[in-house]
Amino acid sequence: MSTQPAMINRYRWHELIGIYAGIFAFLTFILAPFVEGFLVSLKPLSQLFSSPYRFIPQNGSFEAYRTMWVSVPGFARYIFNSFFISTIVTAVVLMLVVPAAYAFARFKFKGSGHLLGAFLAVNMFSGAVLLIPLFRLMRSFGVLNTYFAIIVPGVAFLIPSAIWLLRTYMMRIPKELDEAAFVDGASHFYTLRRVILPIAMPGITVVAITTFIGSYAQQFIYALTFNSKTEYAPLPVGLFAYFGRQEVIWNELMAASFVGIAPAMIVIFFLQRYLVSGLTAGAVKQ
Amino acid sequence: MSVQRSTVIFAWILLLPAVLYVTVIVAYPLVDTFILSFTDASLKKTTNWVGWINYEKIFNSTFAEVIIRTFVWTFFSVSIKMIIGVFGASMLNSAVPGRALFRILTMPPWIVPMAIGIFMWGWMYNGQFGMISGLLQRFGFADGPVAFLAQGSTAFWATVITDVWIGVPLVTLYMLAAMQSIPQDLYEAAWTDGAGRFYRFRRITLPLLVPSLITMSMLSLIATFNSFDIIWILTRGGPSGETTTMIIDTYHTAIGSKKYGEGAARAVLICIFLSIFCLAYFRVTSRLSSGDNR
Repeated sequence: MSTQPAMINRYRWHELIGIYAGIFAFLTFILAPFVEGFLVSLKPLSQLFSSPYRFIPQNGSFEAYRTMWVSVPGFARYIFNSFFISTIVTAVVLMLVVPAAYAFARFKFKGSGHLLGAFLAVNMFSGAVLLIPLFRLMRSFGVLNTYFAIIVPGVAFLIPSAIWLLRTYMMRIPKELDEAAFVDGASHFYTLRRVILPIAMPGITVVAITTFIGSYAQQFIYALTFNSKTEYAPLPVGLFAYFGRQEVIWNELMAASFVGIAPAMIVIFFLQRYLVSGLTAGAVKQ
Repeated sequence: MSVQRSTVIFAWILLLPAVLYVTVIVAYPLVDTFILSFTDASLKKTTNWVGWINYEKIFNSTFAEVIIRTFVWTFFSVSIKMIIGVFGASMLNSAVPGRALFRILTMPPWIVPMAIGIFMWGWMYNGQFGMISGLLQRFGFADGPVAFLAQGSTAFWATVITDVWIGVPLVTLYMLAAMQSIPQDLYEAAWTDGAGRFYRFRRITLPLLVPSLITMSMLSLIATFNSFDIIWILTRGGPSGETTTMIIDTYHTAIGSKKYGEGAARAVLICIFLSIFCLAYFRVTSRLSSGDNR
């Protein structure tokens, strides 16, 4: 019996070829734009704007990675802004979501199911649907053209998935732990802080990472609409600085893109286990 | 005070900050959109109640076309995402050397700021100097440069493909997780009975994936319907409106032309469509979960 799982997963050579061909085709689609983008960043502009098209750069260089800082002196600021905004967003989301997820995971009360549903429904309006009233709201708060105009809506639309993920995680923590603490005379609040939070830390870490990356990846529409000051612009909006009056400086735009995503890429590489497990928690527990 | 009651109060205290936040930032603007849609709100100082005029204007304009286009765009984008996602997941689910690395390599389009991926596609779509047009010419599929974003029909598909590309990693990893949660002994039993690999995929994997497929299609449907960045950066809804979806049209009307009232009426229509999707989803999932007792 014990050899069966190994046997069942053994592939014949033509099956192996088929699988690798499938994976190759799939990953080509996923990675082609990055490969092309990287090669573009190595080509001088004159080579980019010439026909016929050549995939491999001729005497390519990393020149664009130097000149990009000269063409757009504020570029470092955009990266800082993206990091700063994502950090604040993540902190606020965690402060709101950790207690809420605990409440949803542990307490059943009248309307708790509907309330959870209402939170998940927030996802529906994450696009441009609420742009007009949000614009008016931000204006009446007096925060247009500040960091807050990007942070405040950003937080709202990252709450639903964070609650869902963390609730799933907390539901796996044995209830006996809370009850034991309660029998010992601990208050609800004490139980949450001293018993649940330490155990839930891995789950909270996953939520923090996915929230941070979600925020880093999606700062576009609010930043575009609610902020017109370059000193607060995050990376996705800041990259438009490489769109010249006549022509886009494509090699520098691509170089700047890679410099901008390098931190995210490093994060993925080291934390991909957390990312996948965060996703898995949501997938399996439906 | 009973234990029961103090527990409920405690639960509400925990929920209060999140509930308040979402009420102010999502629920209130939602109500505001409905109210605005019956006014002529704009940059002018005064705002008047205009009744159904904004809605009448919508249906007298080309908006019907925009609605149909949005549905076609969304339909193709979501279907292609699901097909490629399930394909990718079943490939990555095979026990072959290197699959941990392949899984990491699937993530970048999802993790990277959307705008960056879109810029890369924008350059690949470039007619004179871009990669796709260049390769098509090299291999004899096109006689001259193909400016994908300059013609309506190709621009439509170009935006769909880019949307698929951004959505595929999430679908793939989600489907992979769902596949890995299928009990291994089912496969072993089928294997013992002599079922081939393809037969096992069709008779075990696919049927058991149905709930996850529905959930993911639903999440994907909402995200795609709301998709803004891709079309905005690639075409701004052009050429001559042929990639204008409801969201893009709403943005043009409300933010571009500052016609807040008319924009709000469009947003209300979008909300209605999204709510219909959600209701349909809940009906299907509740039928599924009552259908079997697992």
